[in-house]
Amino acid sequence: MFSRKTKEALCGYLFIMPNLAGFLAFTLLPVAASLLLSFTNWDIFNSQNSEFIGLRNFTSIIGLKLRTDNMTGLTDWLCFWNHLHANDPRFWQYLWNTFFFMIGIPLSMFGSLALALVMNTKLRGINFFRALYFIPTIAAGVAMYQLWRWLLNPDFGLLNQLLSVVGINGPNWLGSPLWVKPALIFMGFWTSIGGYNMLLYLAGLQGIPPHLYEAADIDGASNWQKFRNITWPMLSSTTFFIVTMSLIGAFQGGFDSLYVLTRGGPAGSSTTIAYYIYQKAFEQYYMGYASALAWILFIFVFAATLLNWKFGGRRVHYY
Amino acid sequence: MLDQTKQPPLHRRIHYRILMKIIGHTATYVILAVVGIAMTLPFLWMLATSLTHASKVFAQSGFFEQLIPSPIVWSNYISAWKALPFGRFVLNTVLIVAFVTAGQIITSSLAAYSFARLNFPLRDKLFFGYLATMMIPGAVTMIPVFILISWLGRISDAEIYICNQYFGKVIGVDSYFALIVPGMFSAYGTFMLRQFFMGLPVELEEAAKIDGASLFKIYYRICLPLSKAALATLTTFVFLGVWKDFLWPLIITNSEQMRTVMVGLSTFQGMHGTDWPLLMAGSVMMLIPIIVIFLFNQRYYVEGIKLSGLSGI
Repeated sequence: MFSRKTKEALCGYLFIMPNLAGFLAFTLLPVAASLLLSFTNWDIFNSQNSEFIGLRNFTSIIGLKLRTDNMTGLTDWLCFWNHLHANDPRFWQYLWNTFFFMIGIPLSMFGSLALALVMNTKLRGINFFRALYFIPTIAAGVAMYQLWRWLLNPDFGLLNQLLSVVGINGPNWLGSPLWVKPALIFMGFWTSIGGYNMLLYLAGLQGIPPHLYEAADIDGASNWQKFRNITWPMLSSTTFFIVTMSLIGAFQGGFDSLYVLTRGGPAGSSTTIAYYIYQKAFEQYYMGYASALAWILFIFVFAATLLNWKFGGRRVHYY
Repeated sequence: MLDQTKQPPLHRRIHYRILMKIIGHTATYVILAVVGIAMTLPFLWMLATSLTHASKVFAQSGFFEQLIPSPIVWSNYISAWKALPFGRFVLNTVLIVAFVTAGQIITSSLAAYSFARLNFPLRDKLFFGYLATMMIPGAVTMIPVFILISWLGRISDAEIYICNQYFGKVIGVDSYFALIVPGMFSAYGTFMLRQFFMGLPVELEEAAKIDGASLFKIYYRICLPLSKAALATLTTFVFLGVWKDFLWPLIITNSEQMRTVMVGLSTFQGMHGTDWPLLMAGSVMMLIPIIVIFLFNQRYYVEGIKLSGLSGI
């Protein structure tokens, strides 16, 4: 009835159909709907009254206003940024928080690299340690964040008890605007140091041809020289991949830990953009505003992804 | 060559090398052990707290006394289990895991086979579309899907009521539908299985084709049985992902009976904010399945990371 080729094409479409249907219903349509929503003031309880408001969500989020009423002298005009007022100061605070948490990326990346260098040996029991170090990554989730809430307890938590052994009076980690970010970064460091990044680095290290080191040995290179001139350049594509993936993760992630540990507090000092979207959409039910926020987040993620696509494929080796 | 006369004799040099090797290995083990302690100490502390009597948690008794509780209060685990309907949470989560896993394996493997082996117009463009959607943040699609599901719930509410008491709603907020169906279609699973199928030898399939087997039969009888490792990887990923999933079940459930383990555990803090032993006992119980599954399927898990991670999506 049909030719073999047509039959194969029909089968091909038939086989992707179940997945494609779900993909259309739960990804493609929602993406389009989200874009539409971001131009409305959608209210889930009162959707009849929702209307198209153009770019107003976006201007309320990132817009700045120059207040000229109390600008008198020339110096006021020269230092005009003192008179700029954000329409949504919270957005800028939370964006700053999101970037601040990225301090953790190089920390845990270098930690993972150091660990991978130590583990790149054929010692007995190395697989045991590898599994052990991976457990925090696997356990990350509400249960483990509850544990960290207890570890960071100011009076009876493990961290402050350990600090008091060496005579330091630990702060109220999660209750202080100053310490909440370092505490969460520390938790992220502990969680991720033995995780994916270490596995990627380990695989990268095992892919370096040993004759490079043999040649360096003959030249009498020191360990540091070998690391600096062989290991680090040979791992550059792994490093690049880890950095971009971590950036993408940092823009999107962190909701679960913030919900359990701080609820974004104290006074918004640990709220990230991802958490702000949740607050706007599901605590205050500003679905349109939250959709606009989500698209702004998407722009950041997209930029990081482009970076990866543009440069990630290129191997930056020097041999 | 000149230097060789000044060097110590050969056996000395070999001794020196062996000594350096022993020192190096010892140093490595010391570092590994110190990091290992840093990784395990919080979990040991968790176990210790979960076995401590509530009145003793806040007693300033010093570090080691707190790490080894006396008396050991096993009943904390029973109290924690009873403090919230954890049985129901586990049942809900296991149900979701079962259906999402089955759904993902069926839909992803069919699509992956099609993308890997069959020729049809627009195939590569469609596949690229799948890849591109993997970078869209969940935050973008979450809000419309929530609106869609609550809207479906509202229009069907008036018409269908089945066992509302026990099984939640049929569709809409607080339904298994909402917890399961959006998770059944995965671009990631499709991508991973496609990579795996492309690595399978074509000869078997061609032999089957000559014997007159249908394409579905080739997929079902040859590709799937050869892909047990990849399917195990996907299952492990789905189990861990669903068990730890938090944001979606949090926003899509209101009633306690529809909560999953992680959402249930997060409400623990409201009721027993200061009851650390019970909270830790509950958390330990909800962590055990994760760690057990990981330790048993470690090999598959690591393979999955390599398969997806190193290919650079």
